[in-house]
Amino acid sequence: MAVRGSWHGRPRPCESLDTAEGGCATIVELPEGVAVTKLDELVGWCRKNSLWPMPFATACCGIELMATGASRHDLARFGAEVFRFSPRQCDLMIVAGRVVMKMLPVLQRIWQQMPEPKWCISMGACASTGGVFDTYSVVQGIDRFLPVDVYTPGCPPRPEQLIQSIIDLQEKIQREDTIFCREFDAPSRQQLPRALREKGRGA
Amino acid sequence: MMDSRIIQQLQTAFPDLTASEFRGQTRVVAPVESVHEVLEALKEKFAFDLLVDITCVDYLYYPDAEDRFGLVYLLANAETGRRITVRCFVNDTDPTVPSVVGLWTGANWLEREVWDMFGVCFDGHPDLRRILLPEEFTAHPLRKDYPLQGRGERHNFPVITRAEG
Ligand code: SF4
Repeated sequence: MAVRGSWHGRPRPCESLDTAEGGCATIVELPEGVAVTKLDELVGWCRKNSLWPMPFATACCGIELMATGASRHDLARFGAEVFRFSPRQCDLMIVAGRVVMKMLPVLQRIWQQMPEPKWCISMGACASTGGVFDTYSVVQGIDRFLPVDVYTPGCPPRPEQLIQSIIDLQEKIQREDTIFCREFDAPSRQQLPRALREKGRGA
Repeated sequence: MMDSRIIQQLQTAFPDLTASEFRGQTRVVAPVESVHEVLEALKEKFAFDLLVDITCVDYLYYPDAEDRFGLVYLLANAETGRRITVRCFVNDTDPTVPSVVGLWTGANWLEREVWDMFGVCFDGHPDLRRILLPEEFTAHPLRKDYPLQGRGERHNFPVITRAEG
């Protein structure tokens, strides 16, 4: 199936069935303002522009997280400004700060209480790797015990970095194949986010 | 000076007390047998009515140290602002000091913290449980012979994957 034509251009958007397999060619005229897309794409598009973050802010990174949500950096521009303090109303957990071993069961429980579909951003050096706190009590990276979608480097990351992570996550959400439950299939999820691809570090 | 008078009176009451002064800070070292009476006397007779802190130092590997754990009691006179430090030393294998919760109720959590971090037992404490670390923790991590990175305690958690939500 191919979409021909352009939006405001001369030929109206139309559809033609592939005749290679012997099907009969049909031209469907679409009315103006109508687009053809995959249901999956549409769902992903809706989801990615309406993220509900759960602020799991345990340390200094939490302050930058608050700054990101505040008016100057304005996370509302990316549709993710509604922070909820109940995991049941969230779909994006932002772990901002170090997680100690006494806190980890709480973190896991909160993650499990969040309804699907859900994503996780590990914000800052501490949440991603333990940072400088390689002591008996600090978990060395929450990804050892939880699935993490995007890591944000920095100590603390600037709000711009967190916003970049959310944009990268939006790309990832857009690629997910939700309707047919193939969202966790490896290839599409393993693709590098745009920021890394631009640096030429990946395919 | 007022402190020297206090120390003299203390030393007549408790002959095995050693006292020293450094930069205006008065320090008293009491043997563990009499530390409770010394603290009681300081509270009742010398009006050091405020227990500021109880903490501990592990002198393992410390050059020329004779005893392992040095308990530190910081007292203050809330009226005059005078301060005094009382110390007492305990050793392995079962370091125990008498609890002072009977004198200052606020000692309750301070002693629990010292127990949690150093494993010094407080005899007569009403509720000697861990206060900061999880209940199932087995070590006392501020002891000098405890490895900085722990003994693998922080790795013993179930791993949650995408599939199990
Ligand atoms: S990464 Fe830096 S700013 Fe963030 S929690 Fe750790 S120490 Fe604080």
